Amino acid sequence: MVEKSKAFQIGVHCFMILLMLFCLIPFLLLLVSSFTAESALLKNGYSFFPSEISFDAYKALLVDSSSIFRGYFLSFVVTVTGTLSNVVLTLLFAYPLSRRDLPGKGFFSFMVFFTMLFNGGLVPTYMMWTGVFNIKNTLWALIVPNLMMGAFYVIMMRTYFTTNIPEAVLEAARIDGAGELKMLIQIVLPMSKPIIATIILLVGLNYWNDWLNGLYYVNDDRLYSIQVLLNKMLMDVQYLMTNAASSLGQSIQLPATGIKMAVAVMGALPMFIIYPFFQKYFVQGIVIGAVKG
Amino acid sequence: MSKKMKKYKRYLPLYFMMVPGLVYLIINNYIPMGGIIIAFKKFNYAKGILGSPWTGLDNFEFLFKTKEAWTITRNTLVYNMLFIVIGTILAVAVAILLNELKSVMAKKVYQTVILVPFLISIVVVSYLVYGFLSTDTGFINKSILQPMGKNSISWYSDPTYWPFILVIVNVWKNLGYNCIIYYATVVGLDTSLYESAAIDGAGRWKRIWHITLPGLKTTIITLVLMSVGRVFYSDFGLFYQVPMNSGPLIDVTNTIDTYVYRGLMELNNIGMASAAAVYQSLVGFILVLSANMIVRKIDQESALF
Repeated sequence: MVEKSKAFQIGVHCFMILLMLFCLIPFLLLLVSSFTAESALLKNGYSFFPSEISFDAYKALLVDSSSIFRGYFLSFVVTVTGTLSNVVLTLLFAYPLSRRDLPGKGFFSFMVFFTMLFNGGLVPTYMMWTGVFNIKNTLWALIVPNLMMGAFYVIMMRTYFTTNIPEAVLEAARIDGAGELKMLIQIVLPMSKPIIATIILLVGLNYWNDWLNGLYYVNDDRLYSIQVLLNKMLMDVQYLMTNAASSLGQSIQLPATGIKMAVAVMGALPMFIIYPFFQKYFVQGIVIGAVKG
Repeated sequence: MSKKMKKYKRYLPLYFMMVPGLVYLIINNYIPMGGIIIAFKKFNYAKGILGSPWTGLDNFEFLFKTKEAWTITRNTLVYNMLFIVIGTILAVAVAILLNELKSVMAKKVYQTVILVPFLISIVVVSYLVYGFLSTDTGFINKSILQPMGKNSISWYSDPTYWPFILVIVNVWKNLGYNCIIYYATVVGLDTSLYESAAIDGAGRWKRIWHITLPGLKTTIITLVLMSVGRVFYSDFGLFYQVPMNSGPLIDVTNTIDTYVYRGLMELNNIGMASAAAVYQSLVGFILVLSANMIVRKIDQESALF
């Protein structure tokens, strides 16, 4: 029996290790390819065992700093401002909804919830943002549409407040003469750190990974975030070549095959750096979100 | 009267807090909902949405006369069904196996790693796929097919393989996410049941079959029904970006979402695009409501509303 159990454990470990490899191997191919010499890439293709290692792709990226670093910087600015606005909006909306005594609470909750069931679709959304608000080719386009507040997170935060913040605490503060805003900042906020951390991470992930707003509303290449830039480079090799050629001068042979992979590595890198430290919150967010969406 | 006023005055700060969020919801969500009237109009940029003439159901008639209407419906539905069935079976299996492991450390490592693909943008995913499938420099053509003496395959212009590729990519990306949800449920199951089963001499598979799986039943049914409620929606990036918007693949990669996008942005066919979007919103709405009704019957707690 013990023997059998041990064999089972080893079997499961083997399976899990294979599964891990399945998840990670594509990234390995990307990483190795980005460090492979252009000539080797053209001859042998993207491979796990490069015949010649080279940093040319990254060097070229450093020289052609204008578009890549602007994209990086833009993504960073968009992610930080977008996430902050989202969390503030969500907090300010979810807190009143968590108050059982608030008149009209049912109506407002339904208003949030209904957006999860029905939407106007891309056509009117696109026309409104571009026609009425003129956000085409502005920084707003990357921050405001679709991502700045979501029903999902509002409901998640409201549920957290109703289950984790006892009404008696709020009542006591009120008797002490605290105003609503003061209560929110001094009592609710400190008690809600885990849910706020979780929402910051999930929303930040949405902003960092977003390329749809860029695809829909931006065609000015000074406003390409890193994801939009990646998208353009993959779909349009010409874009990569002309863009780099203009800043490098025509004389330099550009390692285009390797650069593609190097840019993708840079696009994915921040997630890989942040994730191990915040793994707990990501998992927590997914579990809370799924159990009570 | 004054008493009532006083009562509302007390809540005034709370209402003020909600103003920014309400404004955002109205602009971002509710105004576009009103915009679905475009689908019932002969849209003309010069005249605007309100000024364009009504055409009744003409746009829908045109849409459903095209071959694409059938293709996009079929693709959206069939892919989603495949994703649901394969994704659920794999995620449940991995969650159960993960739970059977003794080493706490190993469990954590596995769980952490299989979630990685979920965190990566679909644009980066399309690069990963390109690394394998690129015709001239891809890993599969250069390192597998060529050494075996086989002909290279031009992956991005041969639709035969894409149903498989899309399913694999989808499973790869979402397995970790689904697995974590099921794993959380398994961990939350009553451990005393396992202990008494062990005392009764039940083997591992018996335990899984009679305790773990029944314990997961509600979560599985709920999540599956929720996904069924969303079968009319597709992951735009997966169907547009990963196949690199390649024309020859369109028959197997076109879904309602990509059709709407192309109609609006590439073909400038506003009528058809908006008709398809409304078709998606309405059928989607009905599906979510029905799915939720069934969930409510099974397990009230898990229902959305």
